[in-house]
Amino acid sequence: MNDVKKVLLLGSGGLRIGQAGEFDYSGSQAIKALKEEGVEVVLMNPNIATVQTDLPVDAPAKAAPKTRRTRPARAPQPDQKFADTVYFLPLTKEFAADVIAKEKPDAILLSFGGQTALNLGLELEESGVLAEHGVRVLGTPVSTIRDTEDRDLFIKRLDEIGVKTARSEAANTIEEALEAARELGYPLMIRAGFALGGLGSGVVQDEPELTRRLEEVFHSTSQVLVEENLSGWKEVEYEVVRDRADNCITVCNMENLDPMGVHTGESFVVAPSQTLSNEEYHRLREIAIRTIRHLGIVGECNIQYALDPRSGDYRVIEVNARLSRSSALASKATGYPLAFVAAKLALGYRLTDIKNSVTGKTTACFEPALDYLVLKAPRWDLAKFDNAAAHIGTEMKSVGEVMAIGRSFEEVLQKALRMLNTGLDGFVLGKHSPSLERALDEIEHPTTRRITALAEALHAGESVARLHELSKIDPWFLEKMRNIVACEERIAREGLDQSSLTRAKRLGFSDKQLAKLTRSTEGAVRTLRKRLRVTPVVKQIDTLAGEFPARTNYLYLTYHGSEHDLKPGRRSQIAVLGGGPYCIGSSVEFDWSSVQALRTLKRERHDTIMINSNPETVSTDYDMSDRLYFEELSLERVLDILDFEKPQGVVISTGGQIPNNLALPLHEHRVNILGTSPANIDRAENRHVFSQMLDELGIAQAEWAELTTPEEAARTAERIGYPVLVRPSYVLSGAAMKVAYDADSLIAFLRRAVDVSSDHPVVISKFIENAREIEIDGVADKGALAIYAITEHVENAGTHSGDATVVLPPQRTYLETIRRAKLITKRLVRALNITGPFNIQFIAKDNHLLVIECNLRASRSFPFVSKVTGHNFIDMAVRAMLGKDISGHYRTVDLDLVAVKSPQFSYGRIKGADPRTGVEMASTGEVACFGDSFSEALLKSMLASGMRLPKGNVLVSVGGEESKIKLLPIMRLMHEMKFSLTATEHTADFLRQHGVPCERVYKLRDKREPNVGALLERGSLDLIINIPTSAFAGETTDGSIIRRKAVDLNIPLITNRQLAEAFVNALLEQRGDGLKTRSSAEYSRG
Amino acid sequence: MKLFLEDGTLTAGESFGAPIDAAGEVVFNTGMTGYVESFTDPSYAGQIVVLTYPLIGNYGVPDPSAWESAKVHIAGLIVSEYSAQYSHFDAQRSLSEWLKAAGVPAISGVDTRALTKRLREHGIMLGQLSHSGKKGAFVDPNADNLVAKVSVKAPSLHGSGPKKIIAIDCGMKENIMRSLVRPETTVVRVPWDHDFTRDAYDALFISNGPGDPTRCVATIEHIRQAMTAGKPILGICLGNQLLSLAAGGKTYKLKYGHRGQNQPALEKGTDRCFITSQNHGFAVDPKKLSKEWDEWFVNGNDGSNEGVRHKTKPWRSVQFHPEACPGPTDTAWIFDEFIETI
Repeated sequence: MNDVKKVLLLGSGGLRIGQAGEFDYSGSQAIKALKEEGVEVVLMNPNIATVQTDLPVDAPAKAAPKTRRTRPARAPQPDQKFADTVYFLPLTKEFAADVIAKEKPDAILLSFGGQTALNLGLELEESGVLAEHGVRVLGTPVSTIRDTEDRDLFIKRLDEIGVKTARSEAANTIEEALEAARELGYPLMIRAGFALGGLGSGVVQDEPELTRRLEEVFHSTSQVLVEENLSGWKEVEYEVVRDRADNCITVCNMENLDPMGVHTGESFVVAPSQTLSNEEYHRLREIAIRTIRHLGIVGECNIQYALDPRSGDYRVIEVNARLSRSSALASKATGYPLAFVAAKLALGYRLTDIKNSVTGKTTACFEPALDYLVLKAPRWDLAKFDNAAAHIGTEMKSVGEVMAIGRSFEEVLQKALRMLNTGLDGFVLGKHSPSLERALDEIEHPTTRRITALAEALHAGESVARLHELSKIDPWFLEKMRNIVACEERIAREGLDQSSLTRAKRLGFSDKQLAKLTRSTEGAVRTLRKRLRVTPVVKQIDTLAGEFPARTNYLYLTYHGSEHDLKPGRRSQIAVLGGGPYCIGSSVEFDWSSVQALRTLKRERHDTIMINSNPETVSTDYDMSDRLYFEELSLERVLDILDFEKPQGVVISTGGQIPNNLALPLHEHRVNILGTSPANIDRAENRHVFSQMLDELGIAQAEWAELTTPEEAARTAERIGYPVLVRPSYVLSGAAMKVAYDADSLIAFLRRAVDVSSDHPVVISKFIENAREIEIDGVADKGALAIYAITEHVENAGTHSGDATVVLPPQRTYLETIRRAKLITKRLVRALNITGPFNIQFIAKDNHLLVIECNLRASRSFPFVSKVTGHNFIDMAVRAMLGKDISGHYRTVDLDLVAVKSPQFSYGRIKGADPRTGVEMASTGEVACFGDSFSEALLKSMLASGMRLPKGNVLVSVGGEESKIKLLPIMRLMHEMKFSLTATEHTADFLRQHGVPCERVYKLRDKREPNVGALLERGSLDLIINIPTSAFAGETTDGSIIRRKAVDLNIPLITNRQLAEAFVNALLEQRGDGLKTRSSAEYSRG
Repeated sequence: MKLFLEDGTLTAGESFGAPIDAAGEVVFNTGMTGYVESFTDPSYAGQIVVLTYPLIGNYGVPDPSAWESAKVHIAGLIVSEYSAQYSHFDAQRSLSEWLKAAGVPAISGVDTRALTKRLREHGIMLGQLSHSGKKGAFVDPNADNLVAKVSVKAPSLHGSGPKKIIAIDCGMKENIMRSLVRPETTVVRVPWDHDFTRDAYDALFISNGPGDPTRCVATIEHIRQAMTAGKPILGICLGNQLLSLAAGGKTYKLKYGHRGQNQPALEKGTDRCFITSQNHGFAVDPKKLSKEWDEWFVNGNDGSNEGVRHKTKPWRSVQFHPEACPGPTDTAWIFDEFIETI
């Protein structure tokens, strides 16, 4: 235990589908556990928006705020544990080997950073790097990891102890796979080995389909499994923990509502299992323990089963020898800190050495008993992608999840559906209900809308038996759904009295739902409810079902109860509203901000309340706040909590748009919103008011108009001049935004994709081409600017700010522009009397600045600017909200380093989507790296988001004369750098005309050789630069097929002209110089 | 339907069991599955059981071959929510139908967490489930000799192997029989007060059972006599208490007992901890054990005794249930070791 002094911890990189915020949770807990043991922690993770990459708030501050002298010295915070050294570097073997050589850790932890860390660990071990530097792998041995990762070995190992796995054949070539398929018969299942979240897996109906799928899959994996089809079997998981003394427990089991055939990341998942008998529960538990012992896992793992609902027969599907999304969920579901315990076990502790941190008295060697149930619901965001298929299956597409806690299934189902924040009030009909026929089809062939389709079918009177037949969802769940529908129908018929209201609330109905049913208002139902004393009770999650006294602060609300478990907290407490489910545009950065807010409030001696619904977060670790409410971020529920707790104030500006939208409604209920006043928040949110304010302040903005019919819109567009940007108001991350280049495409788009009416007006604004985008993130105090950071986008305006490559400090922005931006910022800060965080986006053309928008809340880039400048913007914002003096001189422009933030895309998961950036945000995460120069930081950052440095073959396909001319210099550069260029027809002709030699390939539709299609399939390309013609119109062309192929075949792709230029120039500049392996602290020391 | 408690608590709810009144000792169980096994466990005789898991009845009730005895032993049932619609391929009827047929009342819609906390703080209480809504008399089931009520009435022979085990049935769960009867064993299942001391046998087993162990005077005396023979002994649950009493030890009543499937049992002298299934209200006082005896297991949560063993003789017993049903099967090896020592 004591021989480990220094550990390298591998993170998981940028958030992407299949590997998201859950690894911030697991890494953060591991750091806590290691620091508690006095172990030095070196963390390697380019995900700058995570809590785990935090350093103590005071340490790197370069400019001491003036107030520091007068503030009492802060006591050390024993509860806050940080890594000692953080490397924002790509998670590649080369960089990891450098870090190891430099840091010389005694040991490495591989199981806290998802599949990325595990794969990197295997690579380091296989290449001898670990042996060379004497680095021990802690926890589960590498041989065991390999047994679980290689499907063939896995099946063999389980066979040794008579544990059944799905009938399955591993194939390393297409021919082998086809042969295996002939033996097993169709339909069958294919699964890719070494893949995160089941990438490349799926049910296959016949040989042609199999051939097509295999061609794709073999580009990203070397092995495919062809398996018996278990569709319709129940899918059940167990989370298992084992120590080196062979003590073994199952912390939690979980049952998927959606049976086999739907990836567990795409399924509704309930914990504990609901339809398993004791015999089944404990038979699978025993097999889990037997398997984990046989494999020799030390720490935490997850085992997945298929269970035949007709016979109880089972198959083991897989074992994940690492922390996973499921283990994060199990942690939150039970209150058992799996990652923390796993880290302690990896250090050599036994389960019996560790205390149950909830009770503080009992041992960690136990299995939690739940006296509630939880339901996880997946959050999809497919509407952000053109052409993306809405069907769900064995591949994961969801970008986030929520977890609802309650004491009946109906209660958790309706809670979860509201938590998703997709506009559903509960288990209700969708907004645009399709025909019953269509709904039944979506139930049989599941889409992301299946749960709503079930509500529709039940409303239409379909029987549980029929729905079970179509969906294979266990009738138990369907019966519960029917209860909800039956109750809804009764209330619509009979209205509300005390007993029906109580019943409805126990079935999870919200006040808003009941208001709609009874043609009343949410407020009126709330008043009625309070008058009739129908109010929820606060219950604790204590891991032992009340058997032992526990001072737990992990709480939820339910209507299945007669008394509160505890009394309200102290008057001085302050509540922080979290960010809700991760989705495109709202992700781990808001969890980071919320966690910083909790930390600062605690330092300022306030008790804290956290309200959030997302199990993939650090903010929902129960030791981050004094009280954690794992609850809906709805007006009703937040008011329920505030009614009970009566905190002094509420922070709504660190959790993104969901809490921001609650500012005004909460204010109207006399809740004290800390920071900028809700009235001013609304002034910034309301397009008309904000625009008028800009006019009054003499601040320029792009011309715009709000319209209610397509014809009006077209007329306005004509007046403003094309291209125009089209968007509905009040949406997050520009859902449904489009650029139209002419009247035809504008009207077509408005008719097809948008419901334009007086209720849903559309906003048309001038789209400014060839302009640059800059942003200011800042903190203000009573209308005075306190600190700001100015960042610059590499891509021109038109790429969504969430998808842009962002640089700090700015590299190409004129000082004069910066000065003007700051001036505008000061004016806005004063006009809106801002106290707290804000973000302003500008379009810059020459020295002319237009304001795009202003958010009076923390933005996506707050963790980035905080960590790069060394000043924690949230800490300052919260102190300002508390009335503390935060004035001072902060260095944020003249920095010793350059940092670049790159988007992390998940296109590989979204079949059919065109991987080009545009005005709609599509990235699921971000990474950031530091460098001595822009080029160094850029290359590192791009590598960290999945780019590979090209060595030889580059395909270039540039649409449009202007782009060709602008890119000619870098094409020439590439040629001079000895890259072998291949170009499609026109691009090739253009290059040759200008004396740049290249291979010429025909377009796909020409069907002539040499063809670009064959070139792609050959798999010899290192990079594709494909610049679309008219930058932002939707189209299915040769270009879009090439781009899609690049993603499917895992070939690095650049689709933006400015990024291509920056990348090639950086390649040239960094030749021979090398990318340095330096920690964040080394950079900030200069 | 109403629930009355000794301390004056009154709770109303809906009835889903037999439409009758029943009195008993109110205890809580934290298991998340296994209601069929628990309710047919004779150790629950005389007890009104509160299940802390809020959704009960989900998978219905299978045929009697999966039960732990031929009938429902609990006196009454208290749950938060009853799942009227059940779903399982093995199910033959609903929990409600089963309880009604067994004449056992049940109430739903109760804040079982609040009730559990009350029982934890106050200790186990007497209570009454009243279908009529009228308060009746409280009855302490421990005032009765519950073991005499649930034990078999006559000896019976099971299996035909060479190793002959006498199994004292104080309310034995069926899965203990399933665990003991093997090709190499013959099990003679005898009533709790049957004098087996002059019978020919190779090993002695003492079963689980309900109530206060000190009431089993005859059983304790027979065990004491059997010790002079020196043959292997294994006790489970009540059997642990009876063996300890026969060895001169003492037992006491726990404030609210251990009833659940997640109890950690630490094996003394090792690094091992096992997750065990438990159902007991009385416990062995480890301080009163004689010098020839050691604690074998202790509870990882509260340090109470989970088993004893003789320092030199092959006599051992456990407070938990290695036969599981309901609960984890991690300690099934105890049966294997017992049979091997014969």
